[in-house]
Amino acid sequence: MTSAPAIELKGISKAFGPVQANKDISISVQPGTIHGIIGENGAGKSTLMSILYGFYKADAGEIYIKGQKAHITDSQAAIAAGIGMVFQHFKLVENFTVLENIVLGAEDGALLRPSLRKARKELRHLADEYELNVDPDTLIENLSVGHQQRVEILKALYRKADILILDEPTGVLTPAEADQLFRILDRLREEGKTIILITHKLREIMDTTDTVSVMRRGQMTATVKTAETDPEQLAELMVGRKVLLQVEKAPAQPAQTILEVENLSVTDDKGVERLKNVSLNIRAGEILGIAGVAGNGQSELMEVLGGMISGQGTVRLNGDALDLTGKHSDGRSRRARGIAHVPEDRQSEGLIMDFHAWENVAFGYHHDAKYQKNALFMDNAALRADTQAKMDKFDVRPPLPWLAAKNFSGGNQQKIVVAREIERNPDLLLIGQPTRGVDIGAIEFIHKQIIELRDQGKAILLVSVELDEIMSLSDRIAVMFDGEIMGERLPQDTNAQELGLLMAGVTASEGAA
Amino acid sequence: MEKMPKWADVVLIPLISLILAAAISALVILGIGEDPIEAVKLMVQGALGSSNGWGYTLYYATNFMFTGLAVAVAFHASLFNIGGEGQAMLGGLGVALVCLFIPWPHWSIALIAASGAAALFGAAWALIPAYLQVRRGSHVVITTIMFNFIAFSLLNYVLVNQLRPPRAMDPASAKFPEATHLPSLHDILGTVGIEFSKHAPANISLLIAIAACVGVWALIWRTRFGFELRAFGKSESGARYAGISPFKITIVTMLISGGLAGMMAINNVMGESERLVLNAVEGAGFIGIAVSLMGRNHPFGVFLAAILFGFLYQGGAELALWTNIPRELIVVIQALVILFTGALDNMVRMPLERIFLALNTKKEG
Amino acid sequence: MAFLDLIQLFDTTIRLATPLLLACLAGLYSERAGIFDIGLEGKMLAAAFFSAAIAYSMGSVWMGLLAGIGISLALSAIHGLASITFRGNQLISGLAITMLAGGMTVLVAQSWFAQGGRTPSLTDDSRFTGIELPFAIGPSEAEAAGRPLSQLIAEAGPLQQIYSELISGHSILVYIAFALVPLTWWVLYATRFGLRLRAVGENPASVDTAGVSVVGLRYAAVMICGVLCGIAGAYLATALQAGFVKDMTAGRGYIALAALIFAKWRPWYALSATLLFGLFQALELRPDMIENVTGVAVQAQLLGALPYILTVVILAGFVGKAIPPRAGGQPYVKER
Repeated sequence: MTSAPAIELKGISKAFGPVQANKDISISVQPGTIHGIIGENGAGKSTLMSILYGFYKADAGEIYIKGQKAHITDSQAAIAAGIGMVFQHFKLVENFTVLENIVLGAEDGALLRPSLRKARKELRHLADEYELNVDPDTLIENLSVGHQQRVEILKALYRKADILILDEPTGVLTPAEADQLFRILDRLREEGKTIILITHKLREIMDTTDTVSVMRRGQMTATVKTAETDPEQLAELMVGRKVLLQVEKAPAQPAQTILEVENLSVTDDKGVERLKNVSLNIRAGEILGIAGVAGNGQSELMEVLGGMISGQGTVRLNGDALDLTGKHSDGRSRRARGIAHVPEDRQSEGLIMDFHAWENVAFGYHHDAKYQKNALFMDNAALRADTQAKMDKFDVRPPLPWLAAKNFSGGNQQKIVVAREIERNPDLLLIGQPTRGVDIGAIEFIHKQIIELRDQGKAILLVSVELDEIMSLSDRIAVMFDGEIMGERLPQDTNAQELGLLMAGVTASEGAA
Repeated sequence: MEKMPKWADVVLIPLISLILAAAISALVILGIGEDPIEAVKLMVQGALGSSNGWGYTLYYATNFMFTGLAVAVAFHASLFNIGGEGQAMLGGLGVALVCLFIPWPHWSIALIAASGAAALFGAAWALIPAYLQVRRGSHVVITTIMFNFIAFSLLNYVLVNQLRPPRAMDPASAKFPEATHLPSLHDILGTVGIEFSKHAPANISLLIAIAACVGVWALIWRTRFGFELRAFGKSESGARYAGISPFKITIVTMLISGGLAGMMAINNVMGESERLVLNAVEGAGFIGIAVSLMGRNHPFGVFLAAILFGFLYQGGAELALWTNIPRELIVVIQALVILFTGALDNMVRMPLERIFLALNTKKEG
Repeated sequence: MAFLDLIQLFDTTIRLATPLLLACLAGLYSERAGIFDIGLEGKMLAAAFFSAAIAYSMGSVWMGLLAGIGISLALSAIHGLASITFRGNQLISGLAITMLAGGMTVLVAQSWFAQGGRTPSLTDDSRFTGIELPFAIGPSEAEAAGRPLSQLIAEAGPLQQIYSELISGHSILVYIAFALVPLTWWVLYATRFGLRLRAVGENPASVDTAGVSVVGLRYAAVMICGVLCGIAGAYLATALQAGFVKDMTAGRGYIALAALIFAKWRPWYALSATLLFGLFQALELRPDMIENVTGVAVQAQLLGALPYILTVVILAGFVGKAIPPRAGGQPYVKER
């Protein structure tokens, strides 16, 4: 190809404090193509696109649009350069009409009526050209998510964007809506638009893109032609060949069934079904690992079992049903039943960041008899002594019960949470993303604690987006996609490629085809 | 890593805010042609120079301790109770009913009953806004403002139509019977042989207010409920994880907050005026906000800030007496304190954080 | 009750509703842009004092009006600084501004005029007086006929009574306030500024990603709020009454806030709500009228509390839900 690339990034770097979100990233995207950027959560994809759209300023690097060096200082500059962005969370005014949302910020003059009239005409034109039909007079809040996304695309097209960035566009769509979206994107490409598709779903990349870049931990690991690669290779590039963490563990000795889940469903407040008829069981002395790309229902599974949200279906613990909707469906009741819960998000859920470490050690268990001095007061001295003991045992550094949670490193914060939950000697431990943002040393330590708990005959439900972690810790692996369990595998009978395909929603028969 | 040491947050920021407020107030005094240094001298002399002055200072401080604690408790649960004024008015009504209609044999029993009634009425007045916030999603700030005005109309109605003695002109109740009169600081200190002004209104309620400071401190930092309250105030998602009920926390916290504001009535209604007058609260509900912000929502801070504002109020009254500076100067100072410690907090904080950050890097470098 | 009595009641209603309407519209601009303002009361109060003080000392009511707007704008700027630039608590800021105004007005009034926190009474030159519309019976007709005005009006036909008593004879600010209702509606729904204003109060991220300054829009709204509060305050001290007295707003800023909720943040509803609340205030002055009509004595205190009670009922969502602008009260922080 001889024409100048539509977009060219050269050596983009961006750090947030100590976190290097983007490190020396360069890409070049040809006009009239769909370019995919794939990577795990937190790989730095969204940061990169926010820089391109003028939301963040890069620490270093240059941006060229159609061969011209561009200074994208704010969103206005990005729009002027012909860049349109469809964010993961839509930037629409819910109680405005479609038309009003489209003209907002792109009005032609001080008066609204001429702008609206022009936009209405233009909208009809765009609808014909790209098969993007939306009723211009409907309020956004009355539109389905798929149609809201169309409005976002129309907004960009109305602003004469010829480079369109879509950030995880299918995360909120049903499969049918997603298919429709990809038809629209195909059409846009035919009309000469350049599209950047950010996703962590392999299938989308394989189905729609011309070229694909893989990001891992803030770096661009490869850019390849989609036709010349396959899902297995991409999965490997995405996850990387990390030094496999050796977790020493004896074979599991599963005993009686602790947790039985039958047809468990969760519907969120927008009416979207997040968990669909999930059934599973865990026995004493075994670890069930749930693999899956973030946002496919694992969080909801953990939250409903931990008593944070309500659900429909049957859950039995040691043979007795759990209350999923009523008075005893809260976290406190779950703890009383012997369920411990290390939540996926320790900063906003597992810990109160402004609380001292010793207060956090009681968090959730502050009703425990051993922490009470009398009917009225808590026994803070006992609590601090208990904290000191846990800190020593779990090697929390610095071992200072008076330090606020926010002043510990991520690994030590997690150790505090894990210590609190494991030391409670629960029948069932729910543990989500146990090593997210945790340094290597702490990872090893936490893994050892999990195995030890298993060997004491406890049931453990492990959720992690780190495939390595799932594979090395679990005794059985279930893969979730789109709120459903795609299948169960034994770690010794499977590999990362197979699991990766399942995580992408590709079942064995499709994969073979 | 912390951006700033804790002492800077607890002491330095309120201090700077206070200095800013004082500096602007000094400019205002200059602007109206008076001498600020002379004014401060007068205030100190008037508020702290005699046992009479102290008696007034502590009397005002008692009011502010109750209303300040009311705001502070709610703040810990991330609730902004701006309705202390109305809750204190209702508390006054409770005190008046108890004192007027039940023949009490001794002030001590009357005080217990009156405290209960004051707390009950104040709490009831906070209950509806609390309920509307958790169940109907209407913001507690707006509803408590509305309830301040409704309280005023209600009190006005009750005083004019029910409690006003025949042939009396002003909207006020009859004098409370002798048996409900509370011992003043003069009486209390007299028993241990300390001379104290006979005319100052400070009374035994001060001790109850101090006890309330200790009680609130224990509630917030020593009880399970306080633990849950603070956790809920810091992180609602965390509270959900721990199984802490937002309904329970919001309702109970607002009841406690309203009860504390209502308790103020044992000082001003029962202890001082010994009858219920329409404007008994005199803005103390709002001063509670300044006191709580200044005291960093800690009961001990509230105690100190209440005495500071008691001093300002008594000093301001003295100023109005001897100079051309009206009492409203105190309202200005109070507004500035609220502005700097509450709304413009970041203006003071951000440069300070930068200074500490620079100091730290220098030390390390 | 005579027809003329009713007309007079409505006339009083209009006079009393005007400051509520102005303040309500002021709050509407601010809150529609996502900035809560519980400091309407304070801005009105400050404007009332400064307009009266300047009108008195310069002998020009127009200079007074400008001064009132000026001080109100200054307080708005503080509110903007606290809630937009420094992302502080908007409610605390509004409260502080109201207190500041309450204290400063008395302080300065005492210093300038030494009359116990009030301004001297304004004479007609330094006040906004009634404008006599063409063909209305007004003071000039009374003078020409040599008879009291009330007699002339009592003798006129019902249409003339409505015209002369109810519609004619108000100060220019009353007409401005009423004209501001359609104007506000037009600005909000027919202009680019209005579209962006409404959007920034609902979802500032939508405005930001569209390349429009959130901060600029919000400051503009807060400043418009200041201008309108300034007019409202000036009306109180230089039109409704002849001079400033301590705390003369008497909770009108909060009634306006209540009216704004009652009106669900819409201009035409704001007119109805403030007229309704103005009627309550007018009836408070004439308790005999309700008794004459309904035969039931209604307590003045109940009328005084009615705006607040109605607002709580509306807020509770028992009678139609009042949904505030969704981004109201939250400082805007850019995020992914």
